Amino acid sequence: MSELFRVEGLTKNFGGLAVSRNISLSMPAGERLALIGPNGAGKTTFVNLVTGQLQPSAGRVVLSGEDVTGLGAVRRVRKGLVRTFQVTRLFSEMTPEEHVTLTVLQREGKASRILSRFTGNSEVAGEVEGILATLGLLDVARRKVGEIAYGQQRLLEIGIALALRPKVLLLDEPAAGVPSSDTPKIEQALERLPPSLAVLMIEHDMDLVFRFAKRVVVLAAGEIIFEGLPSEVAANEKVREAYLGNYAYARSVA
Amino acid sequence: MQVIAQTESVAAAPSTGSRWLRDVTGVILIIAAGLAGYWLFPDNLALLTRVIAIALLVLSIDLITGYCGVATLGQAALFGAGAYAAGIACVNGVTEPLTLIVIGAVAGSAAGLLMGTIMLRAHGLAQLVLSIAIVQLFHEAANKASAYTGGSDGLAGLTVSPLFGVFEFDLWGQTAYLFGLALLVVVFVVLKFIVSSPFGMLCRGIKQDPIRIRAMGSFVFPVLLKMFVISGAVAGMGGALAAISTQVVGLDSVSFELSANALVMLVLGGLGTLYGALVGTVIFMGFEHIVSSINPFHWMTMVGALLIAVVIAAPGGLSGVLERISGSGRGKKGGRA
Amino acid sequence: MQTILSIAIDAFAYGMALFIICIGLSLTMGLMRVVNLAHGAFAMIAGYIASYAARDLGLGYAVAIFLAIIGTVIISIPIERLLYRRIYGKPELIQVLMTIGITFCVIGITNYFFGPTLKTIPLPGSLSQPVDIGFKTIAAHRLFVMACGGVVAGGLWFLIERTDFGIKLRATVDNAAMADALGVRTQVVYAISFAIAIGLAALGGVVGAEFLPIEPYYALRYMVTFLVVVSVGGAGSIPGAVVACLLLGAVDTTGRYLMPEFGNFFFYAAVIAIVCVFPRGFFGRAQ
Repeated sequence: MSELFRVEGLTKNFGGLAVSRNISLSMPAGERLALIGPNGAGKTTFVNLVTGQLQPSAGRVVLSGEDVTGLGAVRRVRKGLVRTFQVTRLFSEMTPEEHVTLTVLQREGKASRILSRFTGNSEVAGEVEGILATLGLLDVARRKVGEIAYGQQRLLEIGIALALRPKVLLLDEPAAGVPSSDTPKIEQALERLPPSLAVLMIEHDMDLVFRFAKRVVVLAAGEIIFEGLPSEVAANEKVREAYLGNYAYARSVA
Repeated sequence: MQVIAQTESVAAAPSTGSRWLRDVTGVILIIAAGLAGYWLFPDNLALLTRVIAIALLVLSIDLITGYCGVATLGQAALFGAGAYAAGIACVNGVTEPLTLIVIGAVAGSAAGLLMGTIMLRAHGLAQLVLSIAIVQLFHEAANKASAYTGGSDGLAGLTVSPLFGVFEFDLWGQTAYLFGLALLVVVFVVLKFIVSSPFGMLCRGIKQDPIRIRAMGSFVFPVLLKMFVISGAVAGMGGALAAISTQVVGLDSVSFELSANALVMLVLGGLGTLYGALVGTVIFMGFEHIVSSINPFHWMTMVGALLIAVVIAAPGGLSGVLERISGSGRGKKGGRA
Repeated sequence: MQTILSIAIDAFAYGMALFIICIGLSLTMGLMRVVNLAHGAFAMIAGYIASYAARDLGLGYAVAIFLAIIGTVIISIPIERLLYRRIYGKPELIQVLMTIGITFCVIGITNYFFGPTLKTIPLPGSLSQPVDIGFKTIAAHRLFVMACGGVVAGGLWFLIERTDFGIKLRATVDNAAMADALGVRTQVVYAISFAIAIGLAALGGVVGAEFLPIEPYYALRYMVTFLVVVSVGGAGSIPGAVVACLLLGAVDTTGRYLMPEFGNFFFYAAVIAIVCVFPRGFFGRAQ
């Protein structure tokens, strides 16, 4: 498979503390990769480095053969490198419909128009409705986000990301904080992601990881200690030591 | 940066139709109130025109503070830029009132561009301090450039041509008032469109969470700067209206005091609704007129106490209180436009 | 040469007077994170009390200063309890509005009681004479202000860096919840810090009255100056406040001596330049 996305030797030091050490990995189109590791392993830092919220101390981020390391977060999003947040960052007074509409308009370069109406914008209404329908959010499309269930907010995070038509999607714990009764909905949404999209998911819920991922990368203390098939993870000695020792704990947290 | 949480400001859309109806009703109410002022207080039209000019200034603050979350204590710099530009143009022979308003708007936008470029470099407290420093700098500059601005004596002797070549700016200020009212209504309607456009939505998003907006692929700085320019145009028109109606431009039109008072008016009325800006200005200036003629220090105590009360008890401002009362009276849920 | 020396001495004394007032505000803003625009209002209250004590009651200068500090702090206690506690940790705009409200009230009420006139605080004979320091004679009052500034800076440094209270204060600033959990009574720490800040405002208001005269709109007139000085120096930093006060005092005094027609133009131009380059001030802590 042809490579779509790659990081090379990504390193980040905060003062003397290395939170990411020489991380390299590559993803083809259609990838389903899970990034796991104990708390404090540097998973979210990795996402921040890849998406440009943080600048790496060393290393490169390459998307479709283009080095995007020097670009800021906004430009990387426009190139197709999109993330969701571990703790949802939504506008509590806007509706899901408004979130997705704003995102689609932004993607189309129409978000800074000052003299067209925002509500009932017929140009994008069809696409917005499509995205909300895929995620099962049509019922709550016109409720304020602050009033809808947390599981639905997590789905909306994914919806916003999809509205940007990403090439690479980084999901930072998409099921975190969601009651277990609602996890099937998240899982369903993950199954329906466009097949050609390369997805990297950070997740603590190992059941979800095993069902979703084709490949697993384990991060501990800022370093990759394992890379391989989900079925091989549990057997790996290093992983057992670094991660599965904390598995019960991590699971109770998630 | 966050400002007063304005829970009702970004509301659910029950339906496009009812929102339209509410905005149309709102504009009709503004026109009705304006005309009522004309009939009820024929001897105070100069004051009422001043209220309209200041209302434009307060609206302009609402755009950047209420909708974008950027607090400013220097907005009078933009108002003053419009006032002086119109005043200087008028003294130099450009006397057509609509042209003067346009000149004010352009000067205000230019000042807004400058102010935004400087202020948006910083955040939080530093941003607030920059806004103050800029208005003070404008003040000193206007004072120093007395050849053009009249310095501390003010720029006097503005003679404005009749509106459309027909309506003289009369001694009683009837023309000035009706002209100002029409200007206010037009600006208000345009601003209503702007804040409900995709751009307006983007600004509200930035106010709540700029990081989220960046993750949606939108830059923050150019959006805010654009709002500063729009805000400058509105403030500049307010300044030009003040210049046309009073026929003088004083140094007080570029002052920290005016900026602070205008912000207070906005907060009294309520942020992020546009209506709040109008309500706040009318109530503030009305009471100021009555109380300060008795004793200016009573006026300061009263405004101070009112501000404290609003911060503690009614973060949505007075219009928020009105909304809550009328909303619960109708017993129906739904946001504000 | 004589002119330069005079400017330098005036600038230094003015800077020190600014410092005594502003360091209190710097503490509230840096350590308690409250943008207290009413800081000058407390300096004004102190000025009114001192003027009343010294001029109307005929008490001595030292007694007047003492009464002013005590009186102002006592007045500030209920205000802290009732109003300031509601705005700790709130967004800046809320703090700005609340403290502007307090300022307006203080101006309105003091002028209602004391009348809207300029209040002088008569200096004792020993401070109104010139003093010969070898190469130049200086007004004794200038020296007194400089000395006060030095004592305040040293005392505060000792309090924050070397005492038990200083440790609790710094712990509370770093992480109030953690300090609370460790048994530091953070409410008390806040109350004491606030009282110290107000006491310094009071002291500065009285001894600095020669530079910043006590008048009806004092609290509004210098509100901006104090705020600007603190943000240039970096809120919460003693060296920052010293540097900012001396620098801005120098810019202001020099500007007034050499180009009086420009007023505060250079002062604010300097402020914009500095804040653009150092958004957290010279010695501001990272957020």
